[in-house]
Amino acid sequence: MRFKMVLPYSFIELNKLFIIFLLVLIAPTIVWAKEAVPVAENLEVEKRMLKLTENLRCLVCQNETIADSRADFSNDIRREIREQIKANKSDQEIIQFMVDRYGDFVLYDPPMKPTTLLLWFGPVALFLVGFGALVMYLRRRREQIEDVPLSEAQLKKAEALLKENKGN
Amino acid sequence: MMRYLAPLIAFIVLALFLLVGLTLNPRQVPSPLIDKPAPIFQLNQLHDPDKVMTSQDNLGKVWLLNVWASWCVACRDEHPLLVQLANTGIVPVYGLNYKDERTTALQWLKQFGDPYTISVVDPEGRVGIDYGVYGVPETYVIDKKGIIRHKQIGPVTVDALQKKIIPLIVELQRQT
Repeated sequence: MRFKMVLPYSFIELNKLFIIFLLVLIAPTIVWAKEAVPVAENLEVEKRMLKLTENLRCLVCQNETIADSRADFSNDIRREIREQIKANKSDQEIIQFMVDRYGDFVLYDPPMKPTTLLLWFGPVALFLVGFGALVMYLRRRREQIEDVPLSEAQLKKAEALLKENKGN
Repeated sequence: MMRYLAPLIAFIVLALFLLVGLTLNPRQVPSPLIDKPAPIFQLNQLHDPDKVMTSQDNLGKVWLLNVWASWCVACRDEHPLLVQLANTGIVPVYGLNYKDERTTALQWLKQFGDPYTISVVDPEGRVGIDYGVYGVPETYVIDKKGIIRHKQIGPVTVDALQKKIIPLIVELQRQT
């Protein structure tokens, strides 16, 4: 016997509705999709610029890098650095350009100098002081603890306790 | 005795560090340009766009370069002081109109007064970068040889004028 499947009317309707629904969903993407606007004209320049500015501090929003910051100041610096890259300046020249104008503070990786010694070695010095204090404290504590031998009675009691434990 | 003294000393040292930290302003980044030649610029004048002014024009005199903009709110705070200073004739004040529109800048000067001997325009902030400008207003004291002697970051205040800027100008003017 052949079984003929008859779909209920409402089910077909639902199917149609679903397709219409999908079409409606897709429609706006078809209508408004455009060619993506390139972020940078020159990807190579942009890459180098971003790498450089990742290590430069935005002076307006001081805990952000110039690469991350949306401040006007950072915009200008990024433009400046792009232009310098196009003018074939080396990375060192560009960093020096920034340091000449804004000082070492603009670098997230400051150079070692007499003025930055505390910055470089301060944490190590603090650690050594702390470690020294700890060693001194531990030594003194060891001296303070007296070695008191157990009395005869205490020894017997301890033995009894140990035996008791083994029994269990 | 040492047991009680050591934490106390540690606390006092820490408190002193924090106290000094409170008085420092992280926004005031010392400029590396102090005691260096002022970067040379050649810019169009605000009032007379056909004329240019170069920083070399001012060699031989002590002058102030004030970075300002009509969109800068803090500039309004310091502006009356600059007008007063210019009126005393102690020192010529030059303006660097930073990333601004000519018409609004001119209107702003009309409204609040114009202390500037000459204002030059830096619409894209390029000369600003050369001078290490990172906020407006900023004011530079430049000596007769064209060396930057002082940079005031943020608005000029009565205190800064009396204690630092004016004495410095008087001293620089005595030098040949």
